[in-house]
Amino acid sequence: MRGSQNKQKDERYLKLVDKLTPNSDLAKGLIRAFWVGGVICVIGQLVNDAAKVWLALSKDDAGMVTAVVMVFFGSLLTGIGVYDRIGKYAGAGSIVPITGFANSIVASAMEFRREGLVLGVGAKLFLIAGPVLVYGIGTSILVGIIAFFVGV
Amino acid sequence: MLETIWMYLKVFVVGGILCMIGQFLMLKTKMNAARILVGYVTLGVILGAVGLYPPLVTFAGAGATIPLLGFGNSLAKGVLEAVAEKGLLGAFTGGLTATAAGVAAAVFFGYLFAIVCTPKMKV
Repeated sequence: MRGSQNKQKDERYLKLVDKLTPNSDLAKGLIRAFWVGGVICVIGQLVNDAAKVWLALSKDDAGMVTAVVMVFFGSLLTGIGVYDRIGKYAGAGSIVPITGFANSIVASAMEFRREGLVLGVGAKLFLIAGPVLVYGIGTSILVGIIAFFVGV
Repeated sequence: MLETIWMYLKVFVVGGILCMIGQFLMLKTKMNAARILVGYVTLGVILGAVGLYPPLVTFAGAGATIPLLGFGNSLAKGVLEAVAEKGLLGAFTGGLTATAAGVAAAVFFGYLFAIVCTPKMKV
């Protein structure tokens, strides 16, 4: 009698654990993505402000310098293996910023280096960056064509 | 000073939320890193084209431009400006012109570090 009661309790407990665990994982993942992503953006803002003040650049040029600097650090940190660690901790917090775009390029290129400089590094560089550029540029051209004919 | 702190707070929170949404999508749907990046860029182009994204850039600076939505927004902005200036040709020149620095840097540094660093160098 007591045994079956315990069994029931166990089942209820396991169900409860099932119900709660994914949620706490979700919360943990969201918080990590939030603060790491936020910090990467703050670093971007620092670079942007520094470019404006120290290099006396216009808003557009400062934005471009920021993109180059952030891509540089994303690539460097991926090369020395640090970005993967950040990625394991922060998930999308490391993927969504432009440093994650740089990370996808270096990571896939390094992985396929064995296959040579042309079809290995040269081609696999674009394994993830390729689709990003295809859909990004493709959509933007559509936008341009529509804007031209609608006359925006 | 207070204004700067407020600005950086906005950068942190908006950038953080945009990343958090990505994390939510990755955990709740079958989207992997590649799909998140593609989705964010495409959505950024659309939000930029309809004029919803530029106000967020004004509000949150790098908090809106560093996430890949900002890359899409730059593509849209470049295309729309170029179309206004050169007509239909602008649809093909504007996007890459506006994002040239980031794309070129990604190809150049990506290649460089993929060649220079070995997987063994992992710290």
